[in-house]
Amino acid sequence: NPYAGLVSHLRAVWLSGKTRPMEYRVAQLEALGRFLDEKKQEILEATGSDMGKVRGGWVLATFSGLCVPLCLGLASSWVQVWGSGGLLVGDPYGVVLIIAPWNYPIHLFLVPLIGAIAAGNCVVIKPSETTKNTERLVAEMLTCYLDNDCFAVVTAGAQETTRLLENKFDYIFFTGTPSVGRIIMTAAAKHLTPVTLELGGKNPCYVSDTCDVQNVARRVAWGRFFNAGQTCIAPDYVLCSLEMQEKLMPALREAITEFFGSNPRESPDFGRIVGDKQFRRIRALLCSGRVAIGGQTDEKERYIAPTVLADVLPSDPAMQEEIFGPILPIVVVANMDEAIDFINARPRPLAVYAFSCDSKVVNQVLERTSSGGFCGNDTLMHVTLTSLPFGGIGNSGLGKYHGKFTFDTFSHHRGCLHRNMGLEALNALRYPPYTQQKLGLLTATFEIKRKGMCTLL
Amino acid sequence: MERMQQVVGQARAAFNSGRCRSLEFRLQQLKALERMVQEKEKEILAAIKADLHKCEPNAYNHEILGVLGELALAIDKLPSWAAPQPVKKNLLTMRDEAYICPEPLGVVLIIGAWNYPFVLVMHPLIGAIAAGNAVVVKPSEISENTAQLVADLLPQYLDRELYPVVTGGVSETTALLTQRFDHILYTGNSTVGKIVMAAAAKHLTPVTLELGGKSPCYIDKDCDLAVACRRITWGKYMNCGQTCIAPDYILCDPSIQSKVVENIKATLQEFYGEDVKSSPDYERIINKRHFKRIVGLLEGQKIAHGGQTDEASCFIAPTILTDVSPESKVMEEEIFGPVLPILTVKSVDEAIEFINRREKPLALYVFSNDKKLIRRVISETSSGGVTANDVFMHALVPDLPFGGVGNSGMGAYHGKYSFETFSHHRACLIKDLKMEVVHKLRYPPGSQKKVDW
Repeated sequence: NPYAGLVSHLRAVWLSGKTRPMEYRVAQLEALGRFLDEKKQEILEATGSDMGKVRGGWVLATFSGLCVPLCLGLASSWVQVWGSGGLLVGDPYGVVLIIAPWNYPIHLFLVPLIGAIAAGNCVVIKPSETTKNTERLVAEMLTCYLDNDCFAVVTAGAQETTRLLENKFDYIFFTGTPSVGRIIMTAAAKHLTPVTLELGGKNPCYVSDTCDVQNVARRVAWGRFFNAGQTCIAPDYVLCSLEMQEKLMPALREAITEFFGSNPRESPDFGRIVGDKQFRRIRALLCSGRVAIGGQTDEKERYIAPTVLADVLPSDPAMQEEIFGPILPIVVVANMDEAIDFINARPRPLAVYAFSCDSKVVNQVLERTSSGGFCGNDTLMHVTLTSLPFGGIGNSGLGKYHGKFTFDTFSHHRGCLHRNMGLEALNALRYPPYTQQKLGLLTATFEIKRKGMCTLL
Repeated sequence: MERMQQVVGQARAAFNSGRCRSLEFRLQQLKALERMVQEKEKEILAAIKADLHKCEPNAYNHEILGVLGELALAIDKLPSWAAPQPVKKNLLTMRDEAYICPEPLGVVLIIGAWNYPFVLVMHPLIGAIAAGNAVVVKPSEISENTAQLVADLLPQYLDRELYPVVTGGVSETTALLTQRFDHILYTGNSTVGKIVMAAAAKHLTPVTLELGGKSPCYIDKDCDLAVACRRITWGKYMNCGQTCIAPDYILCDPSIQSKVVENIKATLQEFYGEDVKSSPDYERIINKRHFKRIVGLLEGQKIAHGGQTDEASCFIAPTILTDVSPESKVMEEEIFGPVLPILTVKSVDEAIEFINRREKPLALYVFSNDKKLIRRVISETSSGGVTANDVFMHALVPDLPFGGVGNSGMGAYHGKYSFETFSHHRACLIKDLKMEVVHKLRYPPGSQKKVDW
């Protein structure tokens, strides 16, 4: 077991209590903030080489600003308040494992990491081996900022990760595909390790006949083609009427041109597919329906043009798996009811989107479907509000995070009750022997004080 | 296997029909449950007595009172629990509707345990129904009278398709676990807990595992020993020690060990009289297998009090062991019986170290007049829950979640936490299709100006 030494060392440090004090956690989070600030250039270059050079700076910029205030906010919610009543304490779990995916290679380990540190845990971070430059950067540089006693970066492929999972962790946070999610949870079951699994699926996007077509087209195109479609919450496919499909096409074309110019290949804002395997997988989906917009590819550059497929059938390749690429299939349905039935006949996705000027339509889709999250009249935006939990349901995942939910994810909520040694006479009712008289008193007191069970007993 | 497929399939079809979504329906079912508990009180108490030799007052206290309280709470609070919760918005979403919508998960499975056979099925069931799910109930076959009663009663009061009861043992449970559920709540031991979670992993089913462990009880030199020992005695020997949060063993300074024994002995006399076996308030071990297991733990131990057993009636007297070695058999597994080992430690540091060397327990108890010491023990250890200066009570506070950590479990329930355990918290953001100009900032083409803003 090649990682046994590392894990037992972290556990020993954890037991020594090093990560418990508030000052320690704040210091580590501040160091994380400095890492983002000082290494901003290196990070942008690494992610650029891995995902295709894109002006994605704004995503990163928000982080350094977020780190410290977020942690300080979270930290205050941990403070214990002693009283005679019960109180809830957030206990760190111990040694936690964060496995990050490749599509937002920094963001998707950073956000859970902030929560894990704020909650007082020791952390093993396993960045994705697919984004090699980012992986190397994280392995080499993160350890210069964080306390190596308590935080470790492990670089590992599929085989090594399997070995890593043989160890006992006190929490595992995984972002990736449902099939690997199953493997992670099965491994976790051997040690009774609780997990959060942020998975994926096909996120449907229903567009009703009553809507502002141009605005819809822009918001859907933005969500679909962001990061060249490699976003777990991207609108995966559109459901709409034949008429709406006709109207959407020119509007989508216009939005794409607005965003990426007449040749998206030259746009500094349009990304590339992360690897050759993924490129070939997505390219194979192009033979679905008919290519109405885009469709050009370049294997050397791993470029796939922003593409819209029309008249796609449920049996087409593009409808068999999560696309995770810059292809937007449109499936024609007769009406909203048919759209809802279509969505409900499939595994529950991470997000459901519905566009309509009629709020009743949006509400109907919301009420009659089930998904991790829901956004009406836009795409992706619900995850930018950190007061909303972010997570899946069924095949799209279990657990949630973002904002305080991340802190809660990495803490055990321990119910603590501090009783008085005095007033023992009050306890007489609960002790044997149980005479009929005692029982009468007990029942009578219960009826009067239904809610005060604690004081009764 | 086919039968399980049919039962679960029927529950899923019933859930998909949508009839358990309305609050009116859920309240109606909860009120029916309430009627069931009130009307069938005698039958319920009789079943529990047959299973555990538990007297009526005890059975009423442990199992019926709590259930009625939980039902009253759920019926009262359901509208507020189920309501969408608006959340704080930011600059970008100021004009939008943002809220968390609690939604049912679908078809959930509740696997009960035998030690409190009625409440451990009912408590989760109440939360699952309140949250709008279909529920498959699998009571423990070991407490066979209560299992049969639950199987008979639930269909008389509740919707039969939505809330089926499945009885049976290991093979039936294994078959049930191959089906897909949207949540599984299991109460039992860690070994089976792992099997449940592994089965759940195949379907990516979230689980709540209420397991067990050895709940330590540290008695500080500075405390009212008589009171502490009375409370510990009550908790330890209730249900003949067969309680997941019973104080499993005591840690104390060697100088007070004999006083602890004296106090517990005196309390036992008070509670059960001279002849414990004839006290109507003292229960029995659930079956011969567990009886033999617990008797086996006494081998080679210094018995300071008790030790009498009678296999025919599965009787084990309240027993105290002193100067127990940490390596002995009685310290290897959760005792789940009326045997109380006392281990001596020279300081609270040693006690904390001792506790931390072992698996995280479901409960932790510390008795002391020194608030700082209590705070220290709590902050330097980990456990499902804690009660200081008493036992069990944290599990009875309606506002506190009840659950384990590490080997003692994952997830929690009771009160509002039951509702939340069986709900999906769906993030909802509803925007306007207008006001497009506000969104221009996020669209490409990007520029440094946009980033800086």
